[in-house]
Amino acid sequence: LATCTWKALPQRVKIVEVGPRDGLQNEKTLVPTEVKIHLIDMLSEAGLPVIEATSFVSPEWVPQMADQVEVMKGINRRPGVSYPVLTPNLKGFQAAVKAGAAEVAIFGAASELFSKKNINCSVDESLQRFEEVTKAAKEAGVRVRGYVSCVLGCPYEGQVSPDKVAQVAKRLYSMGCYEISLGDTIGVGTPGGMAELLEAVSREVPVDALAVHCHDTYGQALANILIALQMGISVVDSSVAGLGGCPYAQGASGNVATEDVVYMLHGLGIQTGVDLPKLMDAGAFICRSLNRKTSSKVAQATCKL
Amino acid sequence: GMVSVSMGRKKPCVFCTRCTLTHEYPEYVKMIEVGPRDGLQNEKEMVPTRVKIQLINMLSETGLPVIEATSFVSSKWVPQMADHTEVLQAIHRSSHARYPVLTPNMHGFQDAVAAGATEVAVFGSASETFSQKNINCSIDDSMLKFEEVICTAKQQQIPVRGYVSCALGCPYEGPIEPTKVAEVVKRLYELGCYEVSLGDTIGVGTPGSMAKMLHYVMEEVPSSALAVHCHDTYGQALANILTALQMGICAVDSSVAGLGGCPYAQGASGNVSTEDVLYMLHGMGIKTGVDLSKVIEAGDFICKALNRKTNSKVAQARSKSS
Repeated sequence: LATCTWKALPQRVKIVEVGPRDGLQNEKTLVPTEVKIHLIDMLSEAGLPVIEATSFVSPEWVPQMADQVEVMKGINRRPGVSYPVLTPNLKGFQAAVKAGAAEVAIFGAASELFSKKNINCSVDESLQRFEEVTKAAKEAGVRVRGYVSCVLGCPYEGQVSPDKVAQVAKRLYSMGCYEISLGDTIGVGTPGGMAELLEAVSREVPVDALAVHCHDTYGQALANILIALQMGISVVDSSVAGLGGCPYAQGASGNVATEDVVYMLHGLGIQTGVDLPKLMDAGAFICRSLNRKTSSKVAQATCKL
Repeated sequence: GMVSVSMGRKKPCVFCTRCTLTHEYPEYVKMIEVGPRDGLQNEKEMVPTRVKIQLINMLSETGLPVIEATSFVSSKWVPQMADHTEVLQAIHRSSHARYPVLTPNMHGFQDAVAAGATEVAVFGSASETFSQKNINCSIDDSMLKFEEVICTAKQQQIPVRGYVSCALGCPYEGPIEPTKVAEVVKRLYELGCYEVSLGDTIGVGTPGSMAKMLHYVMEEVPSSALAVHCHDTYGQALANILTALQMGICAVDSSVAGLGGCPYAQGASGNVSTEDVLYMLHGMGIKTGVDLSKVIEAGDFICKALNRKTNSKVAQARSKSS
């Protein structure tokens, strides 16, 4: 059984909004460019400090992100807000910088099988590729955020060792990532596993440089986020309206809804800088455009009162 | 701002400023299944008696230790529970489970006992307005009614469970003072309830307000006599339950498939899903004695019968996994 030493909760939590990229990338409906731009602008207005705008992957693989350059150029960049974009390799990085990106993100995995199936190479090979990106990013003065997926379980390998996650996180941090986001890709994690994971990873990477990216596929996301906060984490990824289903359990939910995270944080007296009603407006907008219901419970509850 | 609670001799809490504390989770959590009563009562569809019976029988097979079977309220007020006697008499009672029934007053209690009830439950509120609107009397007057029931139940060796609704907020009054909650819980406990379930009736609670409320309540009543009944209307239920566990609570109410919407936010969800709670507890190594896959089966059954989708994320994920 897990026994833990609890720390006091952070006074402030930075929310990294991944709806426009991670969210939309996992939605079946192709979203028009102007809708993406308007969504990002509404999210900026809602006070989110970091908004993942798009992905510089090949449009062959991810047609939803084919309008990457247009989106980058079309959004209204709010001062003080960061708009990271995914760059799987040097080519994508160069295109991103050309399009005006000031921050990029790279995506590693803690599972060999997942790495092979997702990006067609081993974890080591992917890290070598990323090193090219972080090198170039350093020279260009561009910040790099690292992601590790499958941190609490893999759709192919099943259980994932926290030490393996720690190793991958450490490598990403050493090569220059300012922050490492730990992704529970299939949402199978529970608070005990999350605590164990964070203990292992925080031995290799300072807890200030860690974030959690929880999926709500099994309804565990908020509980896992709460534990993470108790262990000193103060950066949380989430997706407006809970956009982005789970590609490994069709029809099941994926990303945790930003509205629900903000509701919990504000209820705890933790500052986020986010205006919840404006955030819910953004969620309502994108759900209308996608012709889908929100996955946020807060949005569902509030709109019916 | 941050919650700051004067604790006296109590251990400081993680939700207050600057403290460190080593916590252990309970080894075992008692699951109280409220789907057949609280769940179905809040579903629009009228459920045939045989469906209710089959649901309860399926739930008995899962290992759930407590299954709230029905409610002996007037069928005028709650038509869904009009078949209370039939249900209670027809269900197969497992030797390892208990089947409490709601009894709002002496009349209901007598009917329940006549129908074979061996455990009953009474429903109080921490909010005056809610009490008036829900059961048409003040908190004080409701306590008088409950006292009658509890005294009579005691004489017949029938255990009584108490509920306190609006423990973390009221649809009419808004925030509820934790001291008021503690007062009502204490009254029920001292009247003779063996356990009091703290209900976040509209699901507005968050870990901070849950912790604060539990502090005050646990100053009056031991944690071993408390349970939490969290609603998932704002998605906060599992986080709130986790908080309660960290504070020493080891009894949790939930509803198979998350049956039972919220009557105060139409279309919004209500009860937390038993499947999702079990997934969390089992993942943490906490024992419950309950077979999750059998609960999922019971959930599938009742959702088909109700022609509705499950509210349980675990059930959704399991049914769609490739």
